[in-house]
Amino acid sequence: MTGKTTTRREFLLKAAQGTAMAATGGLLWVYLLRQEARAHPYALRPPGALVEKDFNATCIKCGQCVNACPYDTLKLAGAGGSLPIGMPYFIPRDIPCYLCPDIPCMRACPTGALSPDLKDINDSRMGLAVIDLENCLSWKGLRCEICHRECPLKGKAISLELHPRAQSKHAMFYPIVNSDFCTGCGICEKACPTAEAAIRILPHGMVQGRIGEHYRLGWTFDTEISQDFKPAETAPPAVQETTVPDKAPGVDYLNEGEP
Amino acid sequence: MSDPTDTRLRADAQASLRKIHERSLGARMWSWRYVVLRRIAQVTILLLFFGTAHWGWQFPGDTPLLTGNLSSSEFMGLLPMTDPLAALQIFLTGHLLTREALIGAAVVFIFYLLLGGRVFCAWVCPVNMVTDLAGWLRTRLDIKPLFHVPRNVRYYVLAAALILSAITGVAAFEWVSPVGMMHREIIFGLGFGFLALLAIFLFDLLILKNGWCGHLCPLGGFWSLVGRGGQVRVRFDRDTCTHCGACGAVCPEPQVLNLKKLEERGLVYSGECSNCGRCTALCPENSLNFDLRALIRKHNAQARD
Repeated sequence: MTGKTTTRREFLLKAAQGTAMAATGGLLWVYLLRQEARAHPYALRPPGALVEKDFNATCIKCGQCVNACPYDTLKLAGAGGSLPIGMPYFIPRDIPCYLCPDIPCMRACPTGALSPDLKDINDSRMGLAVIDLENCLSWKGLRCEICHRECPLKGKAISLELHPRAQSKHAMFYPIVNSDFCTGCGICEKACPTAEAAIRILPHGMVQGRIGEHYRLGWTFDTEISQDFKPAETAPPAVQETTVPDKAPGVDYLNEGEP
Repeated sequence: MSDPTDTRLRADAQASLRKIHERSLGARMWSWRYVVLRRIAQVTILLLFFGTAHWGWQFPGDTPLLTGNLSSSEFMGLLPMTDPLAALQIFLTGHLLTREALIGAAVVFIFYLLLGGRVFCAWVCPVNMVTDLAGWLRTRLDIKPLFHVPRNVRYYVLAAALILSAITGVAAFEWVSPVGMMHREIIFGLGFGFLALLAIFLFDLLILKNGWCGHLCPLGGFWSLVGRGGQVRVRFDRDTCTHCGACGAVCPEPQVLNLKKLEERGLVYSGECSNCGRCTALCPENSLNFDLRALIRKHNAQARD
């Protein structure tokens, strides 16, 4: 502009300085983003939330889902906390998701981070209930089963397994979670009477294994026995409508006469 | 320097400056009118969001009045609004947006395209309250600059935000934006975002004057680019101007008040002008006034006759 010519040395120096600035700034920025995005693996997202990577990308952090939630279940993560910044989450032990049939949070979402593909709230998979067998009252032999009774999908998501005991008239009533039905709403976690909840909601990725396709369960009826190593068709989920049978030993022992 | 017109001009300028110093209290208060209006606008918008989130404000019927925050919101259940820069970043992460978000982004984009992009910065953005306070205090305390940073850094930051969104797969600026933090934390509860705002305050106060809004903020850069064709502009009357420089001293983006360009075009042309109105309220000769772009040429011609 002033007619001053730039020497090659000056030009190269300027280019190097610019590149260095961009690289340092960019690296710092990327570092911050990565720190934030992988901040905490325990975050439970509202119903219909896309898988973590897509949810992180599409959530615009506007909080319309938070406003739409009639139970104040959802919160937005503050800056500098343990959860990725600005996105909705819930803590079931404080307020669980009460599974509104009209899914207002999902309908409020402007970006589709809570996917409108979720038509039935019972199909939502916010997380998976996991029972700490060592501290579950029912597994200790007490008649608790509060989680089973409170479960909105009682008999499907949490069913009771009866185990008679040789030494006692009391049967054991084991609550069992079935991942095919558990929505991760956390009503069980909220209801659990132990000092620290013995049943908790965790993100699927934290608790669920996968057996892999090369295992073949030859003894199940649905697995075709053959010589080749093709993966077996996955068995349809076994729906266990466990109703408590009248005649199971120990169920009604108080009403039975002494032998 | 012995040019007689030059001396006369300098005398005029000094007379203008004297006018500013000798204003009555009422005139002083009156010159704050746009600041007051801007604070009212900023606080009202925050209040509408806050009231809807916390006190369940509803209108009409049982639809939430203004739900969400500056990133994305819905007004009276009818008007979706989405931050176009946030939408662009999300798009660059490789995700298609819903129709609602696209309409919302278009609404906001067209609004500022017509009005002038950085109207957002001066009249809506909550961080502006923090940086204005820092800037005002800095002038009061007469804190000398530490170093010079070019004003166009914001465009590089903007480019970086877009590129990093594509690379990292998350909306790069939205994840660190103090604008978003401030709004979210006022509306949805406190985190440590106020520390970021404190940092901006101290940065603006002690390190770089108008550092955040005037140099670094990529959202400001985005709106500067969008707002070039804004219809509400500050008209410049070159015949009454005495070159006293009072406007430049009070302007948070003084490069937009380049006299040569002002005289050429007859208006504040740069998109970096945020229409904050400080200069129009202060100018002792009334040479700077808000006007519609379409009428500026006509008004300037009339003023010359």
